[in-house]
Amino acid sequence: MLEQHIHDYFKNFPDKRGHFGPYGGRFVGETLMGAIYELEQAYEQYRNDPEFLAEMDKDLSTFVGRPSPLYLAENWSQKLGGAQIYLKREDLNHTGAHKVNNTIGQALLAKRMGKNRIIAETGAGQHGVATATVAARLGMECVVYMGAEDVERQAQNVYRMKLLGAQVVPVESGSRTLKDALNEALRDWVTNVDDTFYIIGTVAGPHPYPAMVRDFQTVIGRETKRQITEVTGRLPDALVACIGGGSNAIGMFHPFIEDESVAMYGVEGAGHGIDTGEHSAPLSAGRPGVLHGNRTYLMQDDNGEIIETHSISAGLDYPGVGPEHAWLKDIGRATYVSVTDDEALAAFHELTRTEGIIPALESSHALAYVSKLAPTMSAEQSIVINLSGRGDKDMHTVAAMAGLKF
Amino acid sequence: MSRISQCFENLKADGQTALIPYVTAGDPEPWVTVPLLHALVDAGADIIELGIPFSDPMCDGPVIQKACERALKNDVSIRHVLKMVKQFREKNSHTPIVLMGYANPIEAMGYGNFAEQAKEAGVDGVLTVDVPPEESDEFREIMDQNEIDTIYLVAPTTSAERMQTIASFARGFIYYVSIKGVTGAAALDVSEVSGKLSQLREKTKLPVGVGFGIRDGKSAAEVSEVADAVVVGSTLVRCIEEHADRLDELPAAVAGLLAEMRHAINARDLASA
Repeated sequence: MLEQHIHDYFKNFPDKRGHFGPYGGRFVGETLMGAIYELEQAYEQYRNDPEFLAEMDKDLSTFVGRPSPLYLAENWSQKLGGAQIYLKREDLNHTGAHKVNNTIGQALLAKRMGKNRIIAETGAGQHGVATATVAARLGMECVVYMGAEDVERQAQNVYRMKLLGAQVVPVESGSRTLKDALNEALRDWVTNVDDTFYIIGTVAGPHPYPAMVRDFQTVIGRETKRQITEVTGRLPDALVACIGGGSNAIGMFHPFIEDESVAMYGVEGAGHGIDTGEHSAPLSAGRPGVLHGNRTYLMQDDNGEIIETHSISAGLDYPGVGPEHAWLKDIGRATYVSVTDDEALAAFHELTRTEGIIPALESSHALAYVSKLAPTMSAEQSIVINLSGRGDKDMHTVAAMAGLKF
Repeated sequence: MSRISQCFENLKADGQTALIPYVTAGDPEPWVTVPLLHALVDAGADIIELGIPFSDPMCDGPVIQKACERALKNDVSIRHVLKMVKQFREKNSHTPIVLMGYANPIEAMGYGNFAEQAKEAGVDGVLTVDVPPEESDEFREIMDQNEIDTIYLVAPTTSAERMQTIASFARGFIYYVSIKGVTGAAALDVSEVSGKLSQLREKTKLPVGVGFGIRDGKSAAEVSEVADAVVVGSTLVRCIEEHADRLDELPAAVAGLLAEMRHAINARDLASA
């Protein structure tokens, strides 16, 4: 069954209506349907357009700094005493995370579609900063919606966005976090649909977003495949990435889907522990439902109301997940696990001290899982972790955990 | 003939435009809803749109968002909403009820389970705002089997081609969203609406209701010139919010607002008869 699914994967997913098996789709109000078809059409037109791709490649190389290096974490590998651990250094990208790969693609598309107003939602602020950055460079108006609670805990990124000329709108409704920012961005889009391009930051939302954002992020996996083969002469044995909406994970996984020998692990935020209910792990502990334009695994109560999530990292603090991950879970091609806030924090400190790299708290979830996985493997085997972002933005959170304030 | 179609037939025979108030079930307190619905009927409601509270109402503006939050604070679930309809039906068997909400609470209950219980409670139609025709095949089939009308939206951005598709799927009536935006946002432009409606009427014989942006008797009367039904939501919900700490006065206040619109529409209907 799995073999057949993998064999059919690239032919069939997503299908024409944006479905990955039972997941994905286009669940938005009628007013937005026209805009979604318009976007799909533009994306189909430009995704294989040599001029568009050349402009994107140039930006990724000279503006973002790609290709990002693949780094062998020798000290840490030795300390854990198992597989060789490689870090795909998305933290070294301009603006500090993988998010910019996608915002460049979407902003170039917006420009070609003649839309001069950009809106975005953001949780940790990384996607907001990446969006404000490309908007500044392309001379576009930019409005970023951010949950009021996230505005408080990510003050530095809020200021960065403002410096870049974006308007940051704190969202006071609901749980005042990422999901509410998404609701508000959708409301803006419905109101200003003629001149506005909505840059969604992850592989969720109505079709074509999950497929389009994935395609922009697969540069991570394509580079990794080339780099690891150059160094070790073969494919890695495992890929590990953290999952909020899942864009950095799918960007890493997708080019390897047909390579069955490569295990894939997506790591969700278990927050205070899955049993406590205070987490953000819909694939581990949620049920399928419909939210924000697609059908996928969601954190919800028995009545279908979305429940509040918790994670130490704002970027994972979201009740849904990209529909392609839901499908990869169901067919068994990828394995989804979770680690707690405490485990992630310990891994954050561990990498910082052993390798001199300060990771984002989101990426620290992937690191924490590898600290369990690597010792079960042999020294001839290799793991690649998507180090999706750097930890500068998390200084105050980590300091606060240690009882410091600045 | 469904209760909704019957209602429109009767009104047509009398040369009247339907008036459809929207309220969120359980706002601000669960026990207020059923008496409020009766008061709305007394004030001239022909059909009632009852909102199923949802945690993430992304097609709604702040007024209805807050209504959802007030209802959810009292744990008003989709099951409670069905109970309210059942209770309403104890005293009223003629006014059609359309449930309006988002996909997920209905999905969580299961389409089949929901449809059976909704039918039993006396629900006549369902409008799920985040389920376009593209995603509604299974849902519509199950609703059809249970004789519940699936109501669809048409928007200013809907192409002629899509209108045709929607018209072929729609049951009961078609809901025309008069503005690009969320509920309760801007005031509508009647001439723009009128142009779009004549386009829509070429594709369907179903009655067309118009909602979003109707705030008072004047705008209700203007819309009634071109629409078969006038839908009023945020204006009433705002009145509910204002009376959240004076619950004894609430039904009369909201009904009073609706009655004003009823009078304005009736006057216009008479004038154009």
